[in-house]
Amino acid sequence: MKTQITVDDVEAVAIGAGILGTGGGGDPYLESIQLRRELKKYGAQQLIDPKMVEEDALMAVVGMIGAPTAGIEKLQEGTELVRAVRLLEEHLDQKFDAIVIAEIGGANSMGPLIAGLQAGIPTVDGDGMGRAFPELQMSTFLFHGDVEVAPLAMVEAGKASVVIPTTIDALWSERLARNLATSMGATAGLAGVVLTGKQVRDYCVPYTMSLACNLGERVLQARAHGEDVSEVIASSLGGKVQLRGKIIDVFRRTTRGFARGNLTIEGFGDTASLLEIDFQNEFLIAKQDGEVVATVPDMICIVTEETGEPISTERLHYGTRVSVLVVPGAAGLKTPEALCVVGPQAFGYETEFKPLPGNLPDNGEVLGKGQPL
Amino acid sequence: MRIGIDVGGTNTDAVVMDGVNVVTTTKTPTTENVTDGIVSALRGVVENSNLDVGSIDGVMIGTTHFTNAMVERRRLEPTACIRLGLPATVCLPPLVDWPDDLAAVLGNHTYLAHGGHEFDGREISAFDSDEVRNIAKDIKSKGINAIAISSVFSPVNSEFETKAAEVVQDVIPDANITLSSTIGRIGLLERENAAVMNACLRNLAVATVSGFKEALSAMNISAPFFISQNDGTLMNADFAADYPVLTFASGPTNSMRGAAFLSDLKDAIVVDVGGTTTDVGVLQQGFPRVAATAVSIGGVRTNFRMPDTLSIGLGGGSIIQENPIKVGPQSVGFELTQKAQVFGGSVLTATDIAVAGGLASVGDQDHVSKIDSTLIKNIIGQIQEMVSVAVDRMKTSASLVPAVIVGGGSILIQDQIEGTSEIVKPNHYSVANAIGAAIAQVGGETDRVFSLAEMSRDEALAEAKTEATDRAVSAGAQADTIEIVDVEEVPLAYLPGNATRIMVKAVGDLAGN
Repeated sequence: MKTQITVDDVEAVAIGAGILGTGGGGDPYLESIQLRRELKKYGAQQLIDPKMVEEDALMAVVGMIGAPTAGIEKLQEGTELVRAVRLLEEHLDQKFDAIVIAEIGGANSMGPLIAGLQAGIPTVDGDGMGRAFPELQMSTFLFHGDVEVAPLAMVEAGKASVVIPTTIDALWSERLARNLATSMGATAGLAGVVLTGKQVRDYCVPYTMSLACNLGERVLQARAHGEDVSEVIASSLGGKVQLRGKIIDVFRRTTRGFARGNLTIEGFGDTASLLEIDFQNEFLIAKQDGEVVATVPDMICIVTEETGEPISTERLHYGTRVSVLVVPGAAGLKTPEALCVVGPQAFGYETEFKPLPGNLPDNGEVLGKGQPL
Repeated sequence: MRIGIDVGGTNTDAVVMDGVNVVTTTKTPTTENVTDGIVSALRGVVENSNLDVGSIDGVMIGTTHFTNAMVERRRLEPTACIRLGLPATVCLPPLVDWPDDLAAVLGNHTYLAHGGHEFDGREISAFDSDEVRNIAKDIKSKGINAIAISSVFSPVNSEFETKAAEVVQDVIPDANITLSSTIGRIGLLERENAAVMNACLRNLAVATVSGFKEALSAMNISAPFFISQNDGTLMNADFAADYPVLTFASGPTNSMRGAAFLSDLKDAIVVDVGGTTTDVGVLQQGFPRVAATAVSIGGVRTNFRMPDTLSIGLGGGSIIQENPIKVGPQSVGFELTQKAQVFGGSVLTATDIAVAGGLASVGDQDHVSKIDSTLIKNIIGQIQEMVSVAVDRMKTSASLVPAVIVGGGSILIQDQIEGTSEIVKPNHYSVANAIGAAIAQVGGETDRVFSLAEMSRDEALAEAKTEATDRAVSAGAQADTIEIVDVEEVPLAYLPGNATRIMVKAVGDLAGN
């Protein structure tokens, strides 16, 4: 695992986290500019090993909540997350020993590093999703019955801030926080899910910051050497390239604040296989010629065929040549308790979870052909 | 008959086309005063073909002037940028991700003020005209009159940008203001970047377009004239003077369309070697592949939809440094025929090396006969390597593909490039840009919000397509040639009624030929 993140790692983390976003989570571009500026100001951000944390250490999970489309327009003031952390500390009258990443996939990979730098405490090398998900309750920290989202603190760009001391359950926290975030301009900093060191150790998806960084470095290397980048990404994560083809249809609509839709990709070659993907912020279900080939919480990633650049659900566009990668999700997302919250049926589909073989690498290192040359 | 003209950094090319036939072509040096170069190019083609100027239906001008100005950081006005959005957006101020040298050329005059809107139309904070007035006074005291104004969510509500422009104009009456809402789409930084680039290019644009006008009237040509846009369609000249950024990447689009036309290849890599840059792009079914991700111009990120090209600082006018060997990115540009050694000048350029190495014969070979042959070999090797790397980066697979080499600087390229199946240098290769401009089409676009609660998706799409087609016809397209080339649907989050923004673009051939 990596012990720190420096300014030289930012590009790699952005690439790796973008891929782990599985179409959602937002483009980490803006956050990476901010992270570079903060790293130049404060130096490296220390990572701590989630398997080595003190049992009684106190930590909070942080991330931005809102809509990526709002976030690319109403840019952050820059201290939303650290102010949320401080506010939660005041509420508890206790200090946090470290910051925990809510979501490694997409733009939310960077904020917990920035908040840690600004607060002067390390960031844990692990997160609660191992990918991107649209809602708070979809977190490995919350599948065990002994951790609550509340108390949680939320802060917007200006003066407004909120503490929610208690709610009924994680779903309630999600509803309240989502409505608050919308009132706050659909971009707000959130700190919550207070954890002990032992809970972090037992429940997190481990070493995902290292994984994002190593994956990104491997992609940069593959591009520089003219390798098949799609293949490299898939192998690095223990998955495979399901199809290479061209996007021939995209249908989208927004309901209950989430961008939903489906797209169709026509494979290259004479057989002209058709791959249909359902998405709701993230890619969730892939069917090839009618047969289900991947389901959430396993990961479906779409990258540009040439450069392996991840394409988000907002950027799907007719005619783009893409590779569709399917990658097994983290082990912690596939227990029966977890599947009730992050399986296909939790997203309103009738399809059963059909697991891909294997799990997301759990030691922060990339696999197989993905290993550095 | 139509005339296509390409005003590059180095050469001004002109072609006369009668339908699909190339009647005549000419290549003349671009002049400091662009008018003279165009007049001499026009005179060349008119005299070559004894053309009756009355038979000209239209003149289509493509220019890389503005792209080159950004890439070379030349002739850019010091520019101020005012962003309305406090207290949000502080951590990423205007020009935040610009290359340092370019931000320095513009002067780093950035200002944050209150204002801006939320996604749902609420104000982030109230517009404060005194605050903007003080900023305008500061800008005035620095002697700057090129100003870009951006406001958070201005594509949804441009009210604050307009208000700020009124205040600025009041303080600086001759201010040349670009509002971000007139140029780009959602994505504050990218839209603001485009507005700043537009502002710093406006003076150059006004001078350039009036130069075009003078050139045509000097030749007694009264046919309408158009400027190529980044998507390969045409816009009228006055519009281009206000929005020079919309010409960005029109050069690569024209050269790729021209290359497809000349080579009869529909799927190929196109390498367009100009005087200052080499643009490598990909033809798919005869059209340039469009970039799926954000495109940078001169190192600045934008959100225009543009052909996916890789631009490297290599061209016939590239200045060569010998120790260590470095080719470009600086170029002598239009001064090639004065400054290059083969033309009696003192600057060592890529063209001099091509002549010395026996790849081309232009100018006087004796002027470069003393260059060390190892040096020549090493520089040619480096040029070949630069092109091979660029081609390889643009390829979609490891398999071999044909490469079409076009542009005046094609002489720099040897007949083999790694990773290609064949090298095609078609007839008229050196004026592919001008041919692409001449065959350019007229476009019509619709971009509006449909409520899918009131109609089906298919009905909305059909309506949008009809609108775009009608607009193409009224812009001068021939109805039976119109094709829908682009359809984009983006749902608008948090609006009731399943509101979806639908953008459709239709293009067709210019009627009357």
